[in-house]
Amino acid sequence: MQRIGVFVCHCGSNIAATVDVKKVVEMALLEPGVVHAEDYQYMCSEAGQAKILEAVKEKGLTGIVVCSCSPRMHEATFRKAAERAGVNPYMVEIANIREHCSWIHKDMEEATKKAVILARAAIAKVNLNAPLQPGESRVTKRALVIGGGIAGIQTAIDIADAGYEVDIVEKTPSIGGRMSQLDKTFPTLDCSACILTPKMVEASAHEKINIYTYSEVEKVTGFVGDFTVDIRKKARSVDMNKCTGCGVCQEKCPSKKAPSEFNRGLNTRSAIYTPFAQAIPNVPVIDRDACLKFKTGKCGLCEKVCQAGAIDYAQQDEIITEKYGAIVVATGFDTIKLDKYDEYAYSQSKDVITSLELERIMNAAGPTKGHLERLSDGKAPKEMVFIQCVGSRCADNRGKSYCSKICCMYTAKHAMLIRDKYPDVNVTVFYIDVRTPGKNFDEFYRRAVEEYGVNYIKGQVGKVAPLPNGKLLVQGADLIDNKQILKEADMVVLATAIEPDPSVRKIATMLTASIDTNNFLTEAHPKLRPVESPTAGVFLSGVCQGPKDIPETVAQAGAAAVKAIGLLAKDKLMTNPCTAKADELMCNGCSTCANVCPYGAITYEVKQVNDHGIREDRRIAVVNNALCQGCGACTVVCPSGAMDLQGFSNRQILAEVDAICR
Amino acid sequence: MSIEKEFRPKIVAFCCNWCSYAGADLAGSSRLAYPADVKIIRVPCSCRVNPMFILRAFQKGADGVIMCGCHPGDCHYSTGNYYARRRMTLLFSMLDYIGVENGRTRVEWVSAAEGVKFSTTMNEFVEKIHSLGENVRLEDLRCKN
Repeated sequence: MQRIGVFVCHCGSNIAATVDVKKVVEMALLEPGVVHAEDYQYMCSEAGQAKILEAVKEKGLTGIVVCSCSPRMHEATFRKAAERAGVNPYMVEIANIREHCSWIHKDMEEATKKAVILARAAIAKVNLNAPLQPGESRVTKRALVIGGGIAGIQTAIDIADAGYEVDIVEKTPSIGGRMSQLDKTFPTLDCSACILTPKMVEASAHEKINIYTYSEVEKVTGFVGDFTVDIRKKARSVDMNKCTGCGVCQEKCPSKKAPSEFNRGLNTRSAIYTPFAQAIPNVPVIDRDACLKFKTGKCGLCEKVCQAGAIDYAQQDEIITEKYGAIVVATGFDTIKLDKYDEYAYSQSKDVITSLELERIMNAAGPTKGHLERLSDGKAPKEMVFIQCVGSRCADNRGKSYCSKICCMYTAKHAMLIRDKYPDVNVTVFYIDVRTPGKNFDEFYRRAVEEYGVNYIKGQVGKVAPLPNGKLLVQGADLIDNKQILKEADMVVLATAIEPDPSVRKIATMLTASIDTNNFLTEAHPKLRPVESPTAGVFLSGVCQGPKDIPETVAQAGAAAVKAIGLLAKDKLMTNPCTAKADELMCNGCSTCANVCPYGAITYEVKQVNDHGIREDRRIAVVNNALCQGCGACTVVCPSGAMDLQGFSNRQILAEVDAICR
Repeated sequence: MSIEKEFRPKIVAFCCNWCSYAGADLAGSSRLAYPADVKIIRVPCSCRVNPMFILRAFQKGADGVIMCGCHPGDCHYSTGNYYARRRMTLLFSMLDYIGVENGRTRVEWVSAAEGVKFSTTMNEFVEKIHSLGENVRLEDLRCKN
């Protein structure tokens, strides 16, 4: 029989306001095995933990139940306290009477009753707990960064500067990401490429950083400290070691009709291409869907003109398998598709563009060489209308419920730049709210209004209609003057909502990292662990976790790097001792458990067993504790009931069920 | 004169540690109320829920059992919830056959970010159990006080 101590936390008034903690103490004392029960203001405080130590000493406790907040919050705290008191940390159970009780119930009597039952279940479980010893696993001192945008680049540089090897996997032919597509950045109006390209160069020149571009993560196995990752290096059709990046092949390529991804499809590129001039690596890729050689077998011009002999049509995809201790996801974002927003006539008129397309138009290396012009007829616009929140803050399910966060600022930037360069162009912005929190952000927006005379109208646009004269009729509302507005515009720019890059779903599944309903990766704790995934060893960098601007992305990228470094700096990790274990007398070696184990942790050995005095050799399941992650899949499929999960055993869970239904 | 006691169902919710338990925590920290009749048991994964646990709950007088896990494809252990899904489909149809109506058992996928879903699911489920009334099948009446 255990000697159990029950500690009921008030959590200030968080628990005590709705749960009669004295009553919980009183009722807990009636439970079998309980020799001590008390309540305290803050159990997690130094003084609260001291109470546990004291009670262990005085009453000789062997098991501890803390009725407090979620175990996801303070289980580790109380396990450490138990350890200091000389009690095995796995003899601690938490009854969650805050998140699962006091915070969701109003009636004191009802909440108290429930708290008593939850305490009872935890006590029943502890009665059956057994001391467990964590094992050790090694840490591979190498990090993988998925995504080569500014988030991934910054994370990789920070990890590499700490002395660890880093691999960046980027699916496009060059690192740089979305930031490389931007023209200027707010609120300083720095040229985006001017501040990004030095970082790109630094990453590629870093002796500890290895970059796989035009590559994708294909498979991830293993766990924190010891991931094994398959990376598919897609066939570039160009030998990276031989290519000098002279660019002659791109000039000579006769197939120049493929839409340029980098310029958002606003112009075309050759079949053999580097996405942009400063691409890293400066080695082109052959787009096999566009290349005449691959489509018809005729051509081969690039091979003929290449002095270095780098063109290799026979190149195949290559799978690289590498081990990593930590993985950072930095998959970034894309703008949403606008097919559900036909009222803005995006598909009908070339002069209705997204803000990211405007970035390309404003950029000197863009489709119009930086001249602001209508894509339909090349004329300079006189009236420009910006529409905010296209797909953001959307109440219906056409768009996204969240605020994309960056649009107010980049629209102020666009408006300001246009008014600065083309003072005769009128700029009107339709907005729901202008949201500019951030250092020097509101000042920036006010400059757009006050110094540059940008016309901000509070209200949404209901319809954009192309007119026969080539202009666009914008129908909107002015909520402040309470009137309808009809405006003829030459160009309409849509501040399109951003969403996580679609590739993140597949990656999250491979990493078993959780994802929310908007496909943003979930952080381990929304406030206290914002750059860690709940999956140990997986960290989050940049917009894959939620909308952010460049400064925030860079800050988060550094934070993710620090977390990864903290992991890589360890030589060994303690492993979860809640692993499966087979009862040697009951196991009949049928292999059912090994078939369902996702980690290949179960093997079979012939062992001599003593079955009621009869000694015989039997084939028995053996669990590798370093591989077992403790899911319990094997326990349920075992036909003889030999397999059980330590810390969540059949008897423990049944005892909880009994205690709840009593 | 006998006073009819208000029916307070006993409901057991099995929640996986990674998604649904965290979803329940989020419901809590967002103060999204659901009836106190629901009591949560934490399991590492929905695939840890042995049909035996559910049968035992009904045997001991539970009026409803709900199992929550990560969304299919998002299991922390890759495949656990697929096993759980098949297993529960079979178990629930057998339970229905012996008189534990389908409404008393439910599987729901709740992610760590879906506090609202957790709360609405529990509200719905409790309401359903109220409409079905007390469970009498499977209950071991010998242990009833």
